[in-house]
Amino acid sequence: MKIGVLAVQGDFLEHVRTYRAIGVEAVEVRLPEDLEGVSGLTLPGGESTTMRRLIDRWGLRQPILDLAASGAPIFGTCAGMILLAREIVGGEAPILALLDVAVRRNAFGRQLDSFEGDLTVSMLGDGPVHGVFIRAPVIERVGPGVDILGRLGDGRIVAVRERNIIATAFHPELAGETRFHRLVATMAAEHDDPAEGSGRRHHPVRRERTAR
Amino acid sequence: MTVESSTWATKKGLAQMLKGGVIMDVVTPDQAKIAEEAGAVAVMALERVPSDIRATGGVARMSDPSMIVAIMDAVSIPVMAKARIGHFVEAQILEALGVDYIDESEVLTPADEANHIDKHAFKVPFVCGSRNLGEALRRISEGAAMMRTKGEAGTGNIVEAVRHIRAVNAELRRLHGLREDELFAAAKELAAPLELVREVAREGKLPVVNFVAGGIATPADAALAMQLGAEGVFVGSGIFKSEDPARMANAIVQATTHFDNPALLAEISKGLGAAMPGISMESIPDQERLAVRGW
Repeated sequence: MKIGVLAVQGDFLEHVRTYRAIGVEAVEVRLPEDLEGVSGLTLPGGESTTMRRLIDRWGLRQPILDLAASGAPIFGTCAGMILLAREIVGGEAPILALLDVAVRRNAFGRQLDSFEGDLTVSMLGDGPVHGVFIRAPVIERVGPGVDILGRLGDGRIVAVRERNIIATAFHPELAGETRFHRLVATMAAEHDDPAEGSGRRHHPVRRERTAR
Repeated sequence: MTVESSTWATKKGLAQMLKGGVIMDVVTPDQAKIAEEAGAVAVMALERVPSDIRATGGVARMSDPSMIVAIMDAVSIPVMAKARIGHFVEAQILEALGVDYIDESEVLTPADEANHIDKHAFKVPFVCGSRNLGEALRRISEGAAMMRTKGEAGTGNIVEAVRHIRAVNAELRRLHGLREDELFAAAKELAAPLELVREVAREGKLPVVNFVAGGIATPADAALAMQLGAEGVFVGSGIFKSEDPARMANAIVQATTHFDNPALLAEISKGLGAAMPGISMESIPDQERLAVRGW
């Protein structure tokens, strides 16, 4: 079982190292053929405008959509979340549109407003998740099939899941946080072999329906 | 939730997000939009590109804040701007404008021939140039959250950039192989703090992201820098002094991603029009070389 990491631009090596640190094989994906045999895909942090150009130029969009449609887990951090969103607030066209949310780019301001702090993501257990937010986006609207996994103290949504799609506005890969990557690896193993891991799977608690 | 802004992790982290990308010099909001559209990960806002600074001569200073702000308003990607070496007030002004990164740059005329800016004193992160490992470590100890090798800006000639990235990486490899009791003398030779030397010797790499700059003019130049170990590239005059800037910019972006795939590089390099005219090093008098500025 191996997980692809989109490696057209951004902090893809940090994701590759995180997977290797938990004993999961990770491969860099720059071209459609690099997706052959992967059981999941991670979309790293970086500049979404740059990644959009490179995804379009080398025909990566349809193979990624096909991988997602097969049920393989797709995990995006920061720019990766923007790639996944169905709507980008402000009128930019969506890129992959795999996640039923509206995302606002640079929602906290410029680099001087970048920050870090702990938040709770209950589906990952009791320990806090240390979030590093760099010119980060936030989610301003979620569709009915989307679970909210994490919020900031002021209520803003920064982590979500819709079936096999997971996205965070922050960078677990910069903070030594491995639980998201473990979850993705578990989902990928189940995708490969649906009998694998049944009964051990992390099921997100459906919460905060009223907040929509 | 307690929150802390402008930490070392966020300063260094923005550079990590720029990896594998191209940072382009722009002098107008229109150029900034062309760069963003072509796939630049960030733009460097300045009044004159290095080749024009070289041609004009005189003292080169921080750009007009109104021009920097107009570029910040024009694009959604990070905007960097240059301060003179040691000119901490220019840096204070750039921080007040809210730029995303400050380049303490040898391309501008130095303001202090002994001291660089104390970059720890700022919330905004800094990138600095180096020609070798010792220079890089001194800048990092002063608080630089990102490095770039200097090359020779405004020449369209990659030879100095190659010399500098090879020097930094060769010294890193050498340091990585030393015994613990040899690091004291190594720190003395490098004129760098022992703690940082120890860390770098242990890890075998710089603690911050390192790009290549100075003289990149073609997709092949960018790919050469990447194959030599750059984590991304700065392109100054090479884009907007070329015949077809939008096409050259996009091609350099594509080449930086596919730097180790010669078949794709061949495809990417086709039909780009003329690259910027270049300058040989021999034709530049020593006193006009920019890379030697900084200490």
